[in-house]
Amino acid sequence: MIVDIKRSYPNAVGYTRADYLGLPTTLCKGCGHNSISNMIISACFELEIQPEKIVKFSGIGCSSKSTAYFLNKSFGFNGLHGRMPSLAEGALFADLSLKGIGISGDGDTANIGLSQFKHLARRNLPLVYIVENNGVYGLTKGQFSATAEKGLKLKRQGENPYLPVDIALEAIAANASFVARSFAGDPKQVKELIKAAISHEGTAVLDIISPCVTFNNQDYSMHSYSWGKGHEAPLHEVEFVLPREEITVEDFEKGTLREVTMHDGSLIVFKKLEREYDPTNRTEAIRMLEQAIRRNWLITGLIYVDPHAPTIFEQYSLAKEPLNRLAPEKIRPDRNSLDKINASFQ
Amino acid sequence: MGVNDFGISFSTVNGSGSATANNTILRAIHKMGIPVAARNIFPSNIQGMPTWYYLRVNAQGFLGRLEQDDIQIAMNPETALSDLKKIKPGGLLLIDEKIILKNVPKTIIMYSMPVDQILEESDSPAKLTIYLANMVYVGVLASLIGIPLENNSDALNFHFDFRKTAVEPNFRVIQTAFQWAEENIKKIDNLHLEPLPMENQKIMIDGNTAAALGALYGGLQYSAWYPITPATSLAESLNEFIPQLRIDTETGATTCVVVQAEDEMAAIGMVVGAGWAGLRAMTSTSGPGLCLMAETLGLAYFAEVPIVVWDVQRVGPSTGLPTHTSQGDLSFAHFISHGDKDFIILLPGDVAECFEFGWRALDIAEELQTPVIVLSDLELGMNIWVTDNLQYPHEGIKRGKVLWEKDIEKKVAVEKKKWGRYLDLDGDGIPYRTVVGNMHEGAAYFTRGTGHDEFAHYSEDDQDWEKNLLRLKKKFQKAKSLIPQPEIREHNHNKVGFLTYGSTHIPVLESIQILEDKGIEIDYLCVKALPFSDVVKKFLEKHQHVFVIEANRDGQMKDLLTMNFPNCADRLLSIARCNGLPLSAEWIVNEFEKISPLEIEK
Repeated sequence: MIVDIKRSYPNAVGYTRADYLGLPTTLCKGCGHNSISNMIISACFELEIQPEKIVKFSGIGCSSKSTAYFLNKSFGFNGLHGRMPSLAEGALFADLSLKGIGISGDGDTANIGLSQFKHLARRNLPLVYIVENNGVYGLTKGQFSATAEKGLKLKRQGENPYLPVDIALEAIAANASFVARSFAGDPKQVKELIKAAISHEGTAVLDIISPCVTFNNQDYSMHSYSWGKGHEAPLHEVEFVLPREEITVEDFEKGTLREVTMHDGSLIVFKKLEREYDPTNRTEAIRMLEQAIRRNWLITGLIYVDPHAPTIFEQYSLAKEPLNRLAPEKIRPDRNSLDKINASFQ
Repeated sequence: MGVNDFGISFSTVNGSGSATANNTILRAIHKMGIPVAARNIFPSNIQGMPTWYYLRVNAQGFLGRLEQDDIQIAMNPETALSDLKKIKPGGLLLIDEKIILKNVPKTIIMYSMPVDQILEESDSPAKLTIYLANMVYVGVLASLIGIPLENNSDALNFHFDFRKTAVEPNFRVIQTAFQWAEENIKKIDNLHLEPLPMENQKIMIDGNTAAALGALYGGLQYSAWYPITPATSLAESLNEFIPQLRIDTETGATTCVVVQAEDEMAAIGMVVGAGWAGLRAMTSTSGPGLCLMAETLGLAYFAEVPIVVWDVQRVGPSTGLPTHTSQGDLSFAHFISHGDKDFIILLPGDVAECFEFGWRALDIAEELQTPVIVLSDLELGMNIWVTDNLQYPHEGIKRGKVLWEKDIEKKVAVEKKKWGRYLDLDGDGIPYRTVVGNMHEGAAYFTRGTGHDEFAHYSEDDQDWEKNLLRLKKKFQKAKSLIPQPEIREHNHNKVGFLTYGSTHIPVLESIQILEDKGIEIDYLCVKALPFSDVVKKFLEKHQHVFVIEANRDGQMKDLLTMNFPNCADRLLSIARCNGLPLSAEWIVNEFEKISPLEIEK
């Protein structure tokens, strides 16, 4: 395990855990989203990132509100329903030293935002994209979202007639370079995956089943706490290791560990559980997701990663100096250049 | 009709290389120093459908559309018969001899051009004949109206970038056709060109290219867009000129990013993200795209994000006429988004203003921290116009009220002021903003489209909401001093005025000249931006009758004026139409004469 850093002590960049907090949550007591917010706070604190270096994005919905409940020292933009990806695709060009964290929900991603979500993944914009997936519209009081399973019964809605959208499968189909699934009831795994996602140079999709205690937490619902606990099938045990740290996975047995080295030199270490799983094999990832659908498994862990996929930034030759700090003379061509332009149109 | 004053129409099939022929003639005439304009009337199609091209030369510089032309070149059998009505009585028809037309009116002088024979005589490679056929009329016309052959060869060299293999076969056809015309066509008095001395160096450019260049000189740093006619070439021009203009000489890095988005909703979202993060950001689209951007424009207005949206207007509603021009988006742009809101609208009237508003719009957006919508149209955007050299911006780049680390320090420590994102420190309604990457511990704030107080905290409080909305309104008072002022021409008798905007000012100025020649003096105002300045109000108050002239069905500008100046409502008269064509001076004069005797005497 990662060395337990006492919460009241500052980390290497001089911030205590309290410096990563947000406003008090206004979501329902027991909402899975609050647990995820807490894990974002812990992950950023433990990764020793200055909160000022993080930019938060969200769409509309309960999940999207939660960006206010962590990292108060970070800039945040709570935009329009389903259109958080485009905001990030503009804003993150301003300063490449910043890290983006986007929070979306199942309605925000799989209903109204499916297009922007998939195009974000295919452009591979470096952004942590967390879907707090509960299968239901909370803010409008309990309608089916596109991830709700067929046959789910909700008060006032009746029975859901449609098959669900699998967010992880959609992400992989769209060529996402990092796709994970987790369960808000498994905070330890959530935190490790968030750390790995933050260190990923590219779009990192985390589909986190995050139960809605008010509208969709019935035992039979595939987005409830009890269903998740009963059906979680971790692909592996995940531990994220910063470049300077030692690997300390317990019960180390030869042949049971797999590592993926990230762009910044950090490692994601996977401890084998019941079966072999190679998270760098895209075909295997798709097969596994199909199998999970057929067998009603809530598979969790890092489903797919390609740490070397080119990002959108690599399509442009961008300077180190942030674009948003360039002096006026750097962005207005000189007079002579206009003389040449005019001559070329004579 | 007269020396240096006539119109020529060309009817061809699209995809047949006629654009090369037409541009050759345009450039050759331009090189003679004679004011010339070209207008493409083309289908929403890639190959095989009828397309028309209109050239107008006018020594006085009136270059609007004509209802009928003096010369017609007919190369398309499909439209030759119906095109006859576009020829003036006494006009000339030059027709491909393969097209058989019966019952050509006697008032039209017709010559058949032996296109195939000329091609054969000029040793044209068989595989190129479909493209070279159009060069026949270039040569015939050169002989008829007096375009020197060397101007044609210069124009071809420009077009083909001095590639001999391309220039030579084309020029051979022109020479042969020229010779044929010299021997076979009787010249008509007055229907010819005489070179004029060029006072200023002029250039030929389309409005979309000019707009893109303007934006690049305005320090544009981020543009996202989605392909749509007639706006596509604006974004493509950015890509074309960035390597030349916006690569940092020290680092070799680009200072302007262009992203092709998956749709217009994403394009505007990206631009709002970029504008929010402190980049000068712009998108370009047309009516259907602007519809898709509506909700995000409301967000940008309310969250106070500076962005620029170019709408190169086409005919709507719906898919409408994608390749035809209109001024039909004015009231939509003005009222876009639900709830209370205001939008700055800039109205360029020519390609020079497309360039100027290209950079100026970015300044205004950042100064006011609000979206600026620029309404161009297909007439300006996709046609090539002759204009003076583009003028280098005479004002420095204005970034508005942005606070970096040391600026916040100064505000707090020296000026003893408390900074809040939406706090009106200066009393002009415009707050100070910080942008991402600012490491000052008090810099970060949370932007949202929901209710917020002066410190950007979430608020549903009735007073917070109202106070914020009233402050936003204040910015639009301030806007009046920042946006381009109307152009005015007055005679001092204050009876009748013409008011117009955008590309329609071109035929309106000509209609005023026609009326003046008839002894009727008309005052003139051209609106360059909204909100309306006090100059517009004074103009309306001064004149007994103001004709509002525009290219849309409902008289949208007249409606906005009526709403803004209800006391002047009974002075306003509408001359408006939308048929996909730019208005002509002739039509405007006719409409004026239909209305004016009744209205003015009342």
